[in-house]
Amino acid sequence: MSNDNQKKQLADSGLEMKSMRLGFGHGLIEAAKQDPRIVVLCADLVESTGLLPFKEKFPDRFFEVGVAEQNLVTVASGMAAMGKIPFAASYAIFSPGRNWEQIRTTICYNNLPVKLIGTHAGLNVGPDGGSHQALEDIALMRVLPRMTVLSPCDALEAAKCASLMGKTDGPVYIRLPREKSLILTHEKSPFEIGKASIFYESSPKISDLGIIATGPLLYRTLLAAKKLESLGKKVTVMNLSTIKPLDEGAIINLAKKTKAIVTIEEHQRFGGMGSAVAECLVTHHPVPIEFVAVNDRFGQSGQAEELLDLYGFRVEDIVEAGKRVVLRKER
Amino acid sequence: MIQLWQMPLSSEKIILLKEKAALIRKSVVEMLIEARSGHLAGSLGMADVFTYLYFQALLHYPRNPSWEYRDRLVLSNGHICPVLYASMAHSGYFEPSELLTLRKLGSRLQGHPHREYLSMLETSSGPLGSGLSQAVGMALAGRLDSGSSSGRHFYCLMSDGELDEGNSWEAVMLAAKEKLNNLTVVVDRNCIQISGPTEEIMPLDKLSNKFEAFNWNVIEANGHDFESIDGAFQEAKKRGDRPSIILMKTIPSKGIPEFEGKYEWHGKAPVTEEEVRVARRAVGIA
Repeated sequence: MSNDNQKKQLADSGLEMKSMRLGFGHGLIEAAKQDPRIVVLCADLVESTGLLPFKEKFPDRFFEVGVAEQNLVTVASGMAAMGKIPFAASYAIFSPGRNWEQIRTTICYNNLPVKLIGTHAGLNVGPDGGSHQALEDIALMRVLPRMTVLSPCDALEAAKCASLMGKTDGPVYIRLPREKSLILTHEKSPFEIGKASIFYESSPKISDLGIIATGPLLYRTLLAAKKLESLGKKVTVMNLSTIKPLDEGAIINLAKKTKAIVTIEEHQRFGGMGSAVAECLVTHHPVPIEFVAVNDRFGQSGQAEELLDLYGFRVEDIVEAGKRVVLRKER
Repeated sequence: MIQLWQMPLSSEKIILLKEKAALIRKSVVEMLIEARSGHLAGSLGMADVFTYLYFQALLHYPRNPSWEYRDRLVLSNGHICPVLYASMAHSGYFEPSELLTLRKLGSRLQGHPHREYLSMLETSSGPLGSGLSQAVGMALAGRLDSGSSSGRHFYCLMSDGELDEGNSWEAVMLAAKEKLNNLTVVVDRNCIQISGPTEEIMPLDKLSNKFEAFNWNVIEANGHDFESIDGAFQEAKKRGDRPSIILMKTIPSKGIPEFEGKYEWHGKAPVTEEEVRVARRAVGIA
């Protein structure tokens, strides 16, 4: 189905599409009203990182450093040393892409409460092409000591993250996509950093397959789960919105229950969320795992939905991964 | 009770500063010999500037290192931390006897400054090019909190070799954009770096032109003459509408004539019997 048709279908469905960047940005304004220590820094991308409303609301607490991402996070570190809670934003490919060492040394090594926002994460960046599609940022950030890594599934979760990040100790990284995405959760849905949530289950008692998704791909995962159900499988879908610290308890429980896991992430298969899940299960409760991820290649120009289809994220691809892992379990 | 740093610069004070500088140089040599590794040239070269900062220029109370209104000093070229630690010890932050733990397992005095181990440091450093950005961030936060008229000042010490790093210039540009007149940077213009003289490895001259072009207030001084150093810092504190940079001319390994000027001493400590003997004799250790 073409990108435009898909968009039209979603728009007509009455389901709400909202920008996660703006959801985060508005959530940050609310957080900043409560906490005067919060300041924001941008590197010439204030509008496309969703922080223009913050700049307009709190001009004295907004700092523009120009196209200089190394400076961006390091200036933030200096501000944090003086008691501020800085939120520093850019495209994920530049931050943490370009400035990884400064994040490591001036933020993590110093254990300072700098909050890093990496927007334009994933293939959904679209026409700008592969150079701008960050597919490695989860790996880069989760390997750093003291770093919390967040990957919300919709604009509501993104807003909740904004509020919680300011209250969380130490360095935090959040990845946000460029494309608008469906609202999948509810204002009242419980959300806690470090806690995975069961987004959908065919049956609370038995389950043949656990699918762990992170980010807005949770929607395609749900569609795939429905399809697998129609093929006779009982499926549990988990929303993993915090990748570090990993909710090991919830993941191990899911593995014990289902004995077969699929992970879904808009990220390289090496080093991302799937790897984190695999590390946990191999240590505590080994079960067959299938990774649905970008297969060690770069992105390219295209529309978001068609890129996701091309790179192995069609609903059918997720269904096939589910069937494969169940077969592996049964062998 | 009047603190040493609160005394104005007079000829008596200069005598005192020279005594302190000699003590600090002695400590640097002792520390590096004991540790058997470390960075001698820059540590000795900057001993007079550090003495001036810790005993004359900084608004600080060593017994109260977290006093909120203290001046902030960021050492960006963290490899010369022996002279930072020695200056802190001799001005009263901790006991000088601790200096001999440099680089040892469990020591508060890590090989490159680490704030987690020595909390009275303003930041950790080592990888070059980040200190100025942090100092800029601190100066921005300081101004946000206290306004432009606050007496609190922010200092960043850098090496000349470190100006090879692009990150340094990002910070230089931002400081000028923000007109940070509460920020003074000192560059240790000793003209050496690891692989040779700076002007051979990556020519920097004319640095004064560069910083003027970036809209900074540029001051040049002799890093071994307390009156010249004092004049430079007074000039920097005049505050105008821009940050100040003091290009401090120093001699690497100043204090040990046999080693002075030699870039090979950038990242070395005296280890052979001969090197140890020469170094100890020069700073007056029996």
